[in-house]
Amino acid sequence: MHHVTLDTWSRLSSPLHRLDARAKIVAAAAILLSLVVTERSYAVLLPAYGVLITAAALVGRLPPAGLLARAALVLPFVGSVAALNLWGGDATRAASVVGKSFLSASTVLVLLGTTPLHALLRGLESLGAPRFFLMVAQFLYRYLFVLSEQAQHMLQARRCRAPLPHRGSLAGSAAGVVAVLFARSYGRAERIHQAMLARGFRGHFVLLAPTALGRRDFVFLAATAAALGSIHLLLWNL
Amino acid sequence: MEPLIRVTNLRHRYDDGTQALDGVDFVLYPRETVALFGPNGSGKTTFLLHLVGLLEGEGGVEVCGLPLGKKNYSRIRQKVGILFQDSDDQLFMPTVFDDVAFGPLNLGLERKEVEHRVRQCLRLVQMEEAAARAPYHLSAGEKRRVALAGVLAMEPEILILDEPVTFLDPPGRAALLEILHKLPQAKIIVSHDIDLARELATRAVFLQHGRIAGAGSVEEMVVRFEWESRAVTR
Repeated sequence: MHHVTLDTWSRLSSPLHRLDARAKIVAAAAILLSLVVTERSYAVLLPAYGVLITAAALVGRLPPAGLLARAALVLPFVGSVAALNLWGGDATRAASVVGKSFLSASTVLVLLGTTPLHALLRGLESLGAPRFFLMVAQFLYRYLFVLSEQAQHMLQARRCRAPLPHRGSLAGSAAGVVAVLFARSYGRAERIHQAMLARGFRGHFVLLAPTALGRRDFVFLAATAAALGSIHLLLWNL
Repeated sequence: MEPLIRVTNLRHRYDDGTQALDGVDFVLYPRETVALFGPNGSGKTTFLLHLVGLLEGEGGVEVCGLPLGKKNYSRIRQKVGILFQDSDDQLFMPTVFDDVAFGPLNLGLERKEVEHRVRQCLRLVQMEEAAARAPYHLSAGEKRRVALAGVLAMEPEILILDEPVTFLDPPGRAALLEILHKLPQAKIIVSHDIDLARELATRAVFLQHGRIAGAGSVEEMVVRFEWESRAVTR
């Protein structure tokens, strides 16, 4: 079975991985907010944010090249906005759009790469995110692997029986794969529901209450606040 | 001795008109293990789903003296644990711990008791170290054992195992069999695996065309219905 890279990263071991998800979510949200409200002196401030996020990535033992490559995926999307700014003669704003987007993506990637999805969703829930939405996300993620494995098996079976398919048959069989996957997903959803009912499910999820934040979580939050405060102090003095 | 399960003239017809069960009579006594044989489509899984109220048909089903009905569903589902054929259907929570805790939490147990049961059941199936892992990272054998832990965490009196060793490699099969041997609960095992039935079952029942076509020892059923040779030639 293939696993997504972020999932693999999130199972590494580091001081950042061991922190409570809530502390990391709050810290990431603070960095994103701080980035959004930064409006001038980009040449100094964006590298400062870069140092902060790089430090977090290093502490989290995330591979720098992989992280940068994935964060760079946002660049084609923000490139058009930056190009418009350049066209309008505002090179500073163009650089800020690119820089802020790249740093925001890096921040989110560090959060996702150091927090398993279940911990992240649980953290979001205890911070007030709607449970229904999180449950849908959780089920989607859980069964995405099963569905992708089924799709891979069907595609392999198709390749075995049609080693050199022409374009028309490819489209036809792809449509067939999608239809079969949909029907199978529907059947699986019914069976999952039966399995839930068999273990006493009565329409709402009962979860264990989250444990309290530890001292290291508070130290981490304080360090993040101090770093962001320093950056804004630098901004004040520029 | 009072039976744990008593089924009388159970009938079930699916919406497409298929008569899946056509008058099934069945009893299960404490501490016995019954192997349920039958060809594909004979109604085995349909029958099992009736025992926990996941399907409703005509006829009588009584579990631990409780007639099957909406008002008794939660008590009956606590008494009857069902291990489904495909573990991926059963392991829907994000971590092994959460999955095993799902049943006890639905029973309204306190945190300490839930954690105790989860640890105990994971230890029983030798999966204690996998508590923080995601179910999709487990092998087929590990998934099956975790699914069993989730069922055992409800502390059921009866275990229903639907094809428990399908897709398992020999070590996975051996590990599961060792665990099943230790469990004191009465069991109904649906399987095409005759060796599994020989190892675990105290008697066997043969279901065909939605009816009990025969009951007796495993060997009697295998010989009478030519089950071993038919299994080979099919």
